[in-house]
Amino acid sequence: MMKKLLIGLFALLPTFAMAAGPSVPLMDANIDLRDNASLQRGAKLFMNYCLGCHQMQYQRYERTFRDIGIPVEIGKETLIFDDSKVGSHILNSMSQDDAAKWFGAAPPDLTLISRVKSPNYIYTYLKSFYKDESRPFGVNNVVFPLVGMPHVLQELQGLPTAITEDVVENGETVTKIVGVETDGSGEMSDDEYDQAARDLTNFLAYVGEPSRLESEAIGIKVLGFLVIFFILAFLLKKEYWRDVH
Amino acid sequence: MATKYEEQSPAVDAPSKQSSDGVVSSVVGWINDRIPMTRVWNMHIAQYPAPKNFNFWYLFGSLAILVLVNQIVTGIWLTMNFVPSAEGAFASVEYIMRDVEYGWLLRYLHSTGASAFFVVVYLHMFRGMIYGSYQKPRELLWLFGMLIFLALMAEAFMGYLLPWGQMSFWGAQVIISLFGAIPFVGEDLTLWIRGDYVISGATLNRFFALHVIALPLVLVILVFLHIVALHEVGSNNPDGVEIKRKKGSVAEEDKPKFEFHEYYTSKKDIVDAIPFHPYYTVKDVLGVAGFLILFCWVVFFMPEMNGFFLEAPNFEAANPLKTPEHIFPVWYFTPFYAILRAIPDKLFGVVAMGASIVMLALLPWLDRGKVRSIRYRSIWHKLNIAQFVVTFLILGWAGATPQTVFSTILSQICTVTYFMFFVLLYFYSKNEATKPLPTRLTK
Repeated sequence: MMKKLLIGLFALLPTFAMAAGPSVPLMDANIDLRDNASLQRGAKLFMNYCLGCHQMQYQRYERTFRDIGIPVEIGKETLIFDDSKVGSHILNSMSQDDAAKWFGAAPPDLTLISRVKSPNYIYTYLKSFYKDESRPFGVNNVVFPLVGMPHVLQELQGLPTAITEDVVENGETVTKIVGVETDGSGEMSDDEYDQAARDLTNFLAYVGEPSRLESEAIGIKVLGFLVIFFILAFLLKKEYWRDVH
Repeated sequence: MATKYEEQSPAVDAPSKQSSDGVVSSVVGWINDRIPMTRVWNMHIAQYPAPKNFNFWYLFGSLAILVLVNQIVTGIWLTMNFVPSAEGAFASVEYIMRDVEYGWLLRYLHSTGASAFFVVVYLHMFRGMIYGSYQKPRELLWLFGMLIFLALMAEAFMGYLLPWGQMSFWGAQVIISLFGAIPFVGEDLTLWIRGDYVISGATLNRFFALHVIALPLVLVILVFLHIVALHEVGSNNPDGVEIKRKKGSVAEEDKPKFEFHEYYTSKKDIVDAIPFHPYYTVKDVLGVAGFLILFCWVVFFMPEMNGFFLEAPNFEAANPLKTPEHIFPVWYFTPFYAILRAIPDKLFGVVAMGASIVMLALLPWLDRGKVRSIRYRSIWHKLNIAQFVVTFLILGWAGATPQTVFSTILSQICTVTYFMFFVLLYFYSKNEATKPLPTRLTK
């Protein structure tokens, strides 16, 4: 009786947990933390397009280079644009106070953005800028309405426009943005831009938790040991308990 | 060292094996003359009579000790690099995660351990409920357990402020403000707790002191008293039938073949018992292995547990000017939080939340039944416990969900059924139609 009730309730749990979520469906980032080439391209995009405003104040250059397979000397030459040492945190020289004045709010630190949001959110965000003349930088974002940031990857993607659709909701017709379509003025094709957004997302996901791969590599060994230990403990218990039964 | 000792000892001609045995036993003898090492070992471990029919549910006590040790050990290492200040706390956690060797492992062991602690403690308490382990003569044992639960909640709450993330800050803000609902002294009390008009570095510093010194000490002392009380009255078991009988009432052939400490056998005759060591130590080792498989799977592969163990907003540093969209306590507080939110009046909400825990503590006196185990109690008791489990889980869900009309009504219904459990128990337990108890423990 109780067991059945419990099982029934556990079956309901995931649906409850899923019920709350962002109003816009997120795209699948489909990232791979083992893909060093993608991480390196992502790092390059970050250093070129993001670091001017967004820092990674908890992450260091050298650690990053080492983890994603960039020789430190090459990293130093190609990815450090200021006089930072390789052991330094990934910082920029923009004053937070000035930034708050220019953008309304200081651009957030991106070290942990993949954990505050999610890789899927970042990927969707990067692909959801659209032209909106009413905004200070001429763009808006589908997943982050009234975003205070320009579309910094515009030279790669071009300037997308929103595709809208009229849907009836609660008896009222509302115009909803169902997607964006680029004007083709960027350097990249749609597929190339998708890959660039994925690379950047991948890199941010790596920086969010640099220990992820090491953790899983150790975890497999730990679990393997524990399974063997469990079997031995089971046999030992059985042997001892023969006295009791 | 050992060789040197042998050379000087008169037993130098004896074979080395024997001589080292002699050394061990003389060292043991030396210690036993000064502190009752062997006696305590025998009384509480090797010759402690435990019922032979412990099942799965009896693993969680030893697992709780394991998790407590994990929290203390990983906690000590975390304090070596943690900076308890509003300016440094968040960054020092990321320093531990990135720059300290295996710092991420220490941190995940500690954060997962906090949740694991509540998992095993809730299951441990549930075991006590279904087998009536709180009933006479184990009332004080149960009360010590409830005090441990309270200390654990305080410990977890204060620990959660330390990483100084958004949820740390705003969660503490919400919970501390609850004390403000107390008439007359409320506002002053919140000020006294925070040490400031808002949650600030002053709050963080005192929570750090309480989290790493005061409450762990209290917890360890309470756990010690819990075990002392347990060993004085003896363990209950899934049948809820006493294994300690009146002296002289048990025939010699019915007594177990094992040797128990005379502390227990001189006062009572004991049936169906086995020594705690090696039988339950070896079984607990099996339990530990099973537990660690699940625990390490979370630690190494999903330390966030989909936001249940580590909440996403807590990866953003505390910002007093920016309120998160939703503020939730961590999952282990959500059932009580749901009771708080179910009641529109703040003061009554706080009272109801406090009462929900007090009711648990009063179980030994609310349950007037003479039969302990759910196995031999009425269908009403079984249904009542089943509804309590469902209620607790629904409240847990409701407390972790943004408030809607539906979730509010649901938590109000479940608040009623939560307290109804205790009220109903009080009435039907007086003259409950129970099944006959076996004279001896069943398998």
